[in-house]
Parts: sequence; C-alpha cells; structure tokens
Amino acid sequence: MLAILLATIVLHLTDLIILFISTCANAWRTDGVRNYHLWYDCTQKNGEADCSGTSDADWLQAVQALMVLATIFCLISFIFFLCQLFTLVKGGRFFFTAVFQVLASLFVMSGAIIYTVMSPEVKNDNDAYGYAFVLAWLAFPLTLISGFIYIVLRKKE
Amino acid sequence: MLSVLALTSVVLLSLASQITAIVVYTSWEKHALVGSDVRLSCSFFSWHWTSPDVTFSWQYRPDGAKEGISIFHYGGGVAYVDNKGPFRDRLEFVGNPSRRDGSILIKELDFSDNGTFTCDAKNPPDIVGHSSSVRLLVFEKVPVQAGVVTGAIIGVVLGLLILIVAIYYLMRFLVARRVFSLSMSKHGKKGKGKEGTQQKQALAVADPVKLKAAASEKKKQESRREKK
Repeated sequence: MLAILLATIVLHLTDLIILFISTCANAWRTDGVRNYHLWYDCTQKNGEADCSGTSDADWLQAVQALMVLATIFCLISFIFFLCQLFTLVKGGRFFFTAVFQVLASLFVMSGAIIYTVMSPEVKNDNDAYGYAFVLAWLAFPLTLISGFIYIVLRKKE
Repeated sequence: MLSVLALTSVVLLSLASQITAIVVYTSWEKHALVGSDVRLSCSFFSWHWTSPDVTFSWQYRPDGAKEGISIFHYGGGVAYVDNKGPFRDRLEFVGNPSRRDGSILIKELDFSDNGTFTCDAKNPPDIVGHSSSVRLLVFEKVPVQAGVVTGAIIGVVLGLLILIVAIYYLMRFLVARRVFSLSMSKHGKKGKGKEGTQQKQALAVADPVKLKAAASEKKKQESRREKK
C-alpha cells in the first residue's frame, strides 16, 4: 500500500516538474544557434544571447495560456491530493485530484497539438524541435495515466 | 465662520494660481485603422475659471520630420481648421471649450498620418505650462498585443473554476440548510435521523443538480453511523 502511494506521489511530482520545465524553458524549437518559442526568440552571438519577444501570433498566446493552465491545474491537483489523503473517509475516491489531473492533461494535449499544427515550417536543415516540445508531449500521457490512477485509487487505512 | 472660510479659500486660490501652471492632458498613444476616424482628445487643468479667451492649438509633426506644422487653432470663440495642409477637409473640431475640451476629429486616416500631435492650451491669465503630445499609429489591421490572449484564456478558465467551486459549496450549504429546517419543523429531535435521510432522498430524486451534495451528505451520515 505504501509502495503504491509512494509511486503515485513520485509520478505526480515527475509530471509537475516536466510541466514546469516545458512551460518555463524557452526551447520549443531550435535552429542551431537560435532557440525560440514559447516566450522569447534568442540567438546566440559570440557567447551572448540576443533576445527579443516572440511574435504576437494568436495561436502562440493560446499555447502559452494552455501550458500555464496545465501547470497550475497539476499543482492544484497535487495540493488536493495531499489534502484528501488526510481528510477523505475510508474507502473514498480521490475524485477532485483525478478531475484536476485529467484537466491538466487535456490542457497539455491541446497546447501541444495547437503548437504542432500551427508552428512555422522547417526552414533549413538545422531547424528542429527542442526538448521543451518533447517534454510537453511526454507530459500528456503521464498526466493522463496519473489521473486514471487517482480515479481507481481508494483510500485504505 | 463661513465668511472666514470663503476668504481663506480665495486667498489660497490666488496664491496657488501663481505657483502652479496650466496642465494639458492628451492620450499617450492612439491606434487606428486605415480609413477610419480618430478623435484626439485634449483637456487642461487650471486653477483659474475658464476664461472666454481660452485658446487651443494643435500641431502635427510627421514621423521622421524635425519640425511640426500648425493644423488647428481655437481662439476668441472661433475654431480655425486646416485648409491648406495635409488635413484639409479632414479635420473637424469636436471639443467644447467652455468645458475645457479641445478635441479634434481626423477623418479617413492614411499611413502618411503617422506622427505626433501636440496640443497646447492657454487659459488667460494662466498661460505658463507644458504642452502635451499624442502619438498616432495607423494600422492596416489592429494587432493583438502580446499577452492579451494569454491573459484572457487563463483568466476565464480560472474564473470559471472559482465560480464552479463557489456554486458547488453554495448548493451544499443551501441543501443542508433546507433539509435541516424541514426536519426540525416537522418531526423534532426524535425522528431526525430517519426523516432526514428520507427528506434527502426525496430531494435527490426531485432535483438532479443537488444529487451530488445529497450523496456527500449521505456519505457523512453513513460514516457517522459507522463510528457509532
């Protein structure tokens, strides 16, 4: 029982960390020396980073909002989990935790899909997706699995 | 007492008018679409009453130019609009000088109208003061500012979340109160437990919205019974 609890907590924390990194790191696409999206457009010049803001495109702002919301909801679900761990009746389900976690996974999925569909085309050979983009796509199934675990998990003494 | 107050205020005002200057207010920036009209507002603050000789002047300096040209003047109760310069037949005075409003309306904007408009107002004898400028930016399509969409989406979702939580707790509170008052009024303390559940069941059937609240109340009752 304790092992399951620890594994669930570790999975949830991993999700949270992945979401934080994916939202905050500015590495959704790279171009060799230049890394851009989600927040800045930075070019490395002789060791210095020359940054400017990204374009004001609607879809990019929507992706920003969805990633921030996913992170917030994952955090809220973790707080709810800790609360419900101590206040739930015996045999009860972690309903609210599951709801918020599933919503977080839906937001991450929407954000990743919108970014994948709308991001500008590959310009040269060096243009590739960055690690933050990969982490966002990784966060979606992990949060979904975590949400389903909370749906089936029951509290035992 | 009142006369003393009136006298002090008059003295203070006359003193104040000598140490403060006229302050002119305009917008900071104006964004407009090509072909549309834009209203440039200008107002001022002055310690003196609005004089009948109040004057408003507007000056236009295109982007990149060093000097500006005068395009509008209001003085002696008459408004003089541009009839030779870049705004001829496009400028209209829409202000109300007695209300300290010296706004102008520019119609049918074009990209060449980008620039800085300076308003200078004078309210004799209060004539010392800085003028104020407003930048006009003409767009083909008004751009979405950075962060507006982001903030809107986050705000709406979190607002909905708080609203749903508030409604949920409100429903629970209302159901609990209604059940409590019904059971107290009908059967008193003796049959409270049984009647309470029966009432809750009836309510649950009648109103599906309160089903969740009723279910959680039932759970609480069951756990209470289990403890007993």
